[in-house]
Amino acid sequence: MGTLTTRFSTIQDPDEKHKFLLNMGPQHPCTHGVLRIVLEMDGEYAMGIDPILGYGHRMHEKMAECRQWSGFYPNTGRIDYGGAIPYNHGYCALIERMAGIEVPERAEYIRVITVELNRIASHFLGVGAYVIDLGAFTPILYMFDDREDILDALEDITGSRLTYCHHRVGGVSKDIDDLFIKRTRAIIKNIRSRFDMYDRLVTGNIIFQKRTKDVGIIPVEMARRYGATGPVLRGSGLGFDIRKNEPYSVYPEFDFDIPTGENGDAFDRYMVRMLELEQSLRIIEQALDKLPDGPVMAKVKRVKLQPGDCSFSVEAARGMLTYYLVGDGSNVPYKLKIRVPSYSNLSLLEELCKGSLIADLVSAMGSLDLIIPEIDR
Amino acid sequence: MSHYFSEIFTGGKSLLVGLGVTFKALTSPVVTVQYPREKIDISPNMRGHIDLIKDSESKNGLHRCISCGLCARNCPCSCIVVKGEKQEGVKGKVLKIFTLEFSKCSLCGLCVESCPTSAIDFSDEYELAAFSREAFNFDLLKRVQQGDTK
Repeated sequence: MGTLTTRFSTIQDPDEKHKFLLNMGPQHPCTHGVLRIVLEMDGEYAMGIDPILGYGHRMHEKMAECRQWSGFYPNTGRIDYGGAIPYNHGYCALIERMAGIEVPERAEYIRVITVELNRIASHFLGVGAYVIDLGAFTPILYMFDDREDILDALEDITGSRLTYCHHRVGGVSKDIDDLFIKRTRAIIKNIRSRFDMYDRLVTGNIIFQKRTKDVGIIPVEMARRYGATGPVLRGSGLGFDIRKNEPYSVYPEFDFDIPTGENGDAFDRYMVRMLELEQSLRIIEQALDKLPDGPVMAKVKRVKLQPGDCSFSVEAARGMLTYYLVGDGSNVPYKLKIRVPSYSNLSLLEELCKGSLIADLVSAMGSLDLIIPEIDR
Repeated sequence: MSHYFSEIFTGGKSLLVGLGVTFKALTSPVVTVQYPREKIDISPNMRGHIDLIKDSESKNGLHRCISCGLCARNCPCSCIVVKGEKQEGVKGKVLKIFTLEFSKCSLCGLCVESCPTSAIDFSDEYELAAFSREAFNFDLLKRVQQGDTK
């Protein structure tokens, strides 16, 4: 901020009247929450981009250090409200790895099914909101229609619609029933039948293509430099996915592909998300077919966090999510660090959009699919 | 030049194809529910605020709570207060206070899972708007005594 105010004083120069500072956010509809970006404009070109974070800071990491480990369950559902279940999963798997708890196989399958359903819901939210940013209002209504079915099904087993708290250390809190399986199969069929419609509505649209193709190109080298993960990295052409590269849970048992883009522009990132929907549907289908019987909760005795540290990574809807925990022998975490994907994805915005039109900045930022409370934590 | 016109043609066609999708939806049945007048069924597993389950076959003829306080201890938000006291001639503790500060509750369900006698469950109430914060301090014992629970 300091550098910008000094720059601002130089902008007062009468010869540079076309230069001005512009606040994008904290209430800008495209920032999806409370992200403020100070833009140093030169006419319609953004020459300086300075994201200012912290409006949604809720001290999640500190909260984890102030209560016993089980008290962090509800927080995991509230860090990323778009795709909360992978956060549930990561935290439970972390404690399980630390305490050496075996999870029943049925519980692992249920975890995978709920995580993938949530990933689809999250991609619908992300893509729908992105298309709204670009000025098309209709597609989000169709996407929310599909998302609604998923939320209804998830509500039936988790009890909530957005801030889920379903997974537990040692399993899941509620088993799935035949109704849920029937419902999920109907959802898979319905979403598959609508891919063609989304292609006609969004992908083929000339305005959408003109606003996304060759906009916000992220080369692989740049994505790696900033630690970008998820569809942002895969859109640049590198097929890095924790589910394949560092397999966890029962993911190795499923057959699925990692879609990648070629140019690394906003259109590729959109396409990667749309193709991932199909892959998630494939995983859910296989998990429902293979779903074993048995208990959904292991017998968990009192868990003490051993002195030492442990980390666990999962593939959240927006990229790599890592929990890192330091224990001191009590049942209260000494330190919990959460590595969220959106933070790294946002950090490349400055280099990505320097000197671009403000309309392209909106398009590039929307294609990163940022969730601001996740960045602020 | 031909590229320019072909782009106009394909672009215009793509817009018409997209509009075709919306026009098709125009003739499909209405899905909107006029909420305050119409309501959709909610899932029986929905998590509302917690409630003591009414159980006339229990020892005290009203609920199964034994005032152990496990729910209050497991609550990450410290929003439950449970107090019981000894009474002569009665085995175990008698529940005197069971309150829930719902404005703090994060609906994680750890209290329901930890209850050894399955005395509490989620209610299915969701229309809970109020003008004051105090309106969310529920006296669950009073609710079960008055028969407000399911």
